[in-house]
Amino acid sequence: MENLWITFAAFWPTLFDGLVDTMYMTFASVTIAYALGLPMGVMLVATGPDGLMPNRPANKILGMVVNTGRSIPFIILIVLLIPITRIIVGTTIGSTAAIVPLVIAAAPFVARMVEAALSELDAGVIDAAKSMGAGNFQIIRKVMLPESIPSLVRGLAITTINLISLSAMAGAVGAGGLGRIAIRYGYQRFQTDLMLITVVFIVAIVAIVQLVLNVLAAKIDRKII
Amino acid sequence: MIKLQNVTKIYKNSIHALQDATLDIDAGDIFGIIGKSGAGKSTMLKMIGLLERPDAGRIEILGQDVTDFSGTAANTVKKQMGTVFQGFNLLMQRNVEKNIAFPLELIKADKTYINQRVSELAGLVDLTDKLKAYPAQLSGGQKQRVAIARALATNPKILLCDEPTSALDSFTTGEILRLLRDINTKLGITIIIITHEIGVIRAITKRMAVLSEGRVVELGQTADIIANPQHSMTKLLLNVEKNLDGEE
Ligand SMILES: Nc1ncnc2c1ncn2[C@@H]1O[C@H](COP(=O)(O)OP(=O)(O)OP(=O)(O)O)[C@@H](O)[C@H]1O
Ligand SMILES: [Mg+2]
Repeated sequence: MENLWITFAAFWPTLFDGLVDTMYMTFASVTIAYALGLPMGVMLVATGPDGLMPNRPANKILGMVVNTGRSIPFIILIVLLIPITRIIVGTTIGSTAAIVPLVIAAAPFVARMVEAALSELDAGVIDAAKSMGAGNFQIIRKVMLPESIPSLVRGLAITTINLISLSAMAGAVGAGGLGRIAIRYGYQRFQTDLMLITVVFIVAIVAIVQLVLNVLAAKIDRKII
Repeated sequence: MIKLQNVTKIYKNSIHALQDATLDIDAGDIFGIIGKSGAGKSTMLKMIGLLERPDAGRIEILGQDVTDFSGTAANTVKKQMGTVFQGFNLLMQRNVEKNIAFPLELIKADKTYINQRVSELAGLVDLTDKLKAYPAQLSGGQKQRVAIARALATNPKILLCDEPTSALDSFTTGEILRLLRDINTKLGITIIIITHEIGVIRAITKRMAVLSEGRVVELGQTADIIANPQHSMTKLLLNVEKNLDGEE
């Protein structure tokens, strides 16, 4: 036990750096993935057959883009995106470089999460807004999104957890973060104790994110008293 | 004030929801539309509310031919009407105050005016003590009163009600109908109320139309029609009530 503490204390700076890197990759990729995925999800619903502006071709194309993005395995996506990553970030190694494939992997997923959240909405409230002469943009901004917030937050929890685990995978191909540490110590140097500590850390972060966001979603949901 | 001339609506599945429907509604009236389920009542209200456009015929609202209105032109007319729904259709993530304020936010009214208007309306529907409550915390009758206050927020000239009491018990139905009648007399707002219950028609309407399979089969003063029904559908709807009375 004492040994483990000594190991842990010596290991802590490395672990802390990894933690910061993981949080940086996750936070940045979640933010950018939502910037792209949220409008896509809204458009998926709006252009759908029962949407505000039904448009079959647009809906089909958007659906195809999203499905294609979601069907490419992440590890392959990293390789595929190497040239693009180099153009955007200037390098293909490191945590910042990993953000590019993380965003491309997560944005279509976010689009589907947003689509699911908005589709849950009772059509009656949209009818009510239409009867008041609200424009489509007003309906999206003042009815659909705010009324779906609890559901959107639950989606955010799932997206964030996914991105934490994908960022760990990116560690295998040169990104920093806890994933990189787990691989370096556990796989390359056979220091199983260090790998275990790292894994416990990753699991703890996932649990905290899940707990905090789900509690938040329940707290802000006024539909459940 | 409102005129429908030979209005026909055919939905994509080739259902003739309305056929050659003609009626007129006077300013300041409480007008009832009754019919069985599927008769085309909601479709007719959607036509008047400019939520659906007719396939044939002409619609006039507030002296304007709105038959071909869509987009911004339609939205301008819609803002002069308020709608109350069977299922209340309140915004669940907004409290009572914010629900009533919603149509005013849409027209970007200023904050002090919104606050003043909300407290006025809350007084009118007797919900002053519930302004901070959320819809999920209210009874059906209270929810409908919020919906009525919301529908009145922009000072509409016309209030459209699609089965406003169908989700409520008979006591609460009476309460809501009295409120609608008060609104009509106090504010002079024209009210159109859709229902499948002749009791609702009897309680508050002056004139009425009977819809059957998309057609207006009877139109006139409520008292006259109830005293002397002409069409078999009218008789049927009146009999439903008699039969129920007989059972009690
Ligand atoms: N959006 C729609 N698309 C296709 N058919 C529709 C649509 N809305 C209504 N209908 C059909 O049109 C007919 C009239 O419907 P409507 O909703 O106007 O009836 P209603 O009198 O309001 O009935 P209820 O009392 O059940 O509400 C019905 O046969 C219905 O199935
Ligand atoms: Mg109906």
